[in-house]
Order: sequence, then structure tokens, then C-alpha cells
Amino acid sequence: MSKRNNLSLKTGLAAGFLALASTAFYSCDSGSKSTTLPIYGEREPVERVVNGETVVDTIYHQIPDFAFVDQDSQLVTQETVAGKVYVSDFFFTSCPTICPKMKSQMLRVYEAYKDNPNVVLLSHSIDPDHDTVAVLKDYADRLGIETAKWHMLTGDMDSIYDIAKQYLAAVEEDANAEGGFSHSGDFYLIDQQRRIRGHYNGTLEEDVDRLIKDIPLLLSQKEHETK
Amino acid sequence: MRQNKLVMVAMAGFALTTLTQCFTKKKDEGKRLYEQHCQSCHMDDGSGLKGLIPPLANADYLQTHRDALPCIIRHGMDGSIIVNGVEYNKEMPGVDLRADHITNLLNYIQTNFGNNNPRYTLTEVQELLESCPPER
Repeated sequence: MSKRNNLSLKTGLAAGFLALASTAFYSCDSGSKSTTLPIYGEREPVERVVNGETVVDTIYHQIPDFAFVDQDSQLVTQETVAGKVYVSDFFFTSCPTICPKMKSQMLRVYEAYKDNPNVVLLSHSIDPDHDTVAVLKDYADRLGIETAKWHMLTGDMDSIYDIAKQYLAAVEEDANAEGGFSHSGDFYLIDQQRRIRGHYNGTLEEDVDRLIKDIPLLLSQKEHETK
Repeated sequence: MRQNKLVMVAMAGFALTTLTQCFTKKKDEGKRLYEQHCQSCHMDDGSGLKGLIPPLANADYLQTHRDALPCIIRHGMDGSIIVNGVEYNKEMPGVDLRADHITNLLNYIQTNFGNNNPRYTLTEVQELLESCPPER
């Protein structure tokens, strides 16, 4: 009886010590910045020869060059986001379903990074025929946002739908959907090399919290990468 | 004696059905309708969206336009309106609901989100709906 007690006490102590030790190691680990975000999209390995040795590079999916017009009639291109982290989404101003919620959540991202010039927001209208510069201007003014931080984009319909595919976003004109267009409510997080590093449900507060926390991971990464 | 028993059973049955009615979803119909038809624009807390979508929370419009609300829900609205001193101008789609549904929905809105306004009766809503302005 006493022997058994003794044994369980010993195991208990050992387990306790192990648990303590592991938490100690764990806390050390999380102290050093090792968290990185995944890179989404197709990738292809490319072989090249360096000093007689074959090296395999991975080419990641990258958002191609683009040119749209924002609420101030300014041209917005890849140059606008060069070297910056940006968040992108797809919406339309007359959308009766998920867009208002998406916009209320995007406003939270806007507020969180209002003073950081290295973060930009791009909202693409998937109904560019209706969402002219004037309509987007009114929409943006009523949201009380600054153009330099949050560009509302319109342009050629085909170009917008093409770029949506590049973000891996599901958008389509759909007569059966409320408002005439169906689209996902996702926000896409894009890094300084225009690679997709995260996607978040733009109607869910928890998911957008995660986005707000993920952005600094890309901002701090900038200094270490030379590409 | 036998008849007494029958009456008892009938009464018990009646009491049970009445009682269970209180626990059905009907009680929360206004809330359910709000979540289904209004929440995506007017938000979970009735706060609306900045200068785009007017708030329902503590909104003076609910008091000043009380009689117009049933028709606004059924037929939607557009044009410029002022709510709590702020101008809004965005089309609101109508929802073709029955008068009793509109009553429950309006009563939910008028007594939640910080609002403490008088409730509607079904008859009142029915009368108001009859005199809706012609549809656009």
C-alpha cells in the first residue's frame, strides 16, 4: 500500500518535472520569432546550376501586374503596393447580403493600420458598370476613409474577374444571387512579393482578428528577406 | 363522474398546448426575422455602417416615422433620409412579409438595441399596411 503510494508519488513528480521542463522550452521557443505564414497557390520547382551544383528554386504563385482606377480617379497598379503588405477583397456597393458586414470588418483592419504606410487595402468592385468612380467616391466618403490607405477599385469587368481568379477568389455574375452577383466574402493577405499569405472570412470577427494579428508577421519579415 | 374525467383530460390537453406555445420559436420570431432579413446590413447590434447604412440602435427615426415603418419593411425605400442628425442615401430592399411577421419584427426592433418604444398591435400594422404609398 505504502509502496504503491510511493511509486505514484514518484511518477507524479517526474511527470510534473517533465511538464515544467517542456513548458520552459516551449516558452523559449515562442519567445524567438519563428512564426511564419504559409504561401498559397500553385508553385513550381525550377532547377538551376550554381557552381556546378543543381539548386532547386520554388516559384510561388504571384498576383500579376494590374491597373484599376480608385475612388479619386487615380490609377492603382502593382506600383501602388510595391514593397507593401496589402489586404484585398471583392464586393459591390449595392450588395444587399454580406458586403456591409465585410466592410464593417475591413474598417477594423483600416483602423488598426491607419498610421502604418506599409499596409494598404484594395477593395475591387465586381459590378464596375454600376460602381463608377463617382459611386465609389460617395461610398468611401460615407465610410469616412482615406484613399491613400483604402482604394476602392473599378475598371474593366473582365480584368477584375481575371484578377479575382489570381487571388483564388470565387466571384461570378449570377442572376439568381441577391443583387445579381455571387462572391466569396474572403479577405486576402498579400505580401511584399505579391504572394498570397492568408485568406480570412471577411464576415467573421474572429477571422478578421486573426488577419489583424497576421499582418505584423509579414511586416517584420521584410527586413530578413532580400529577394 | 365519467364526464368529469373527460373534461379534465380536455382541460389538461388545452393547458399543455397553451403552455408549450410559450416555448416554441414563435416567441423569438422577431429576433429570428431580424437575423434573417436585417442583420447583414444593420448589424448584430443595430449600429448600421458608418454613413452608409443608418443605425436602428437608439434611432430617432423609429419614433418619428413609426407609422411608416411597416410599409418600409414590406416595400423597401430609397432616397435621402436623416437619422440622428446624419444623412443617409442608400436603397433598402423590401421584404414581402405577412402582417403578423412585420408586427413581431418591428416589436423586436422597437424594444431592443437600446430602443424603448411602444409596441405595435397586429391590427395597427394591418391598417398601416393597407395605406402604403403606391409601389415605385
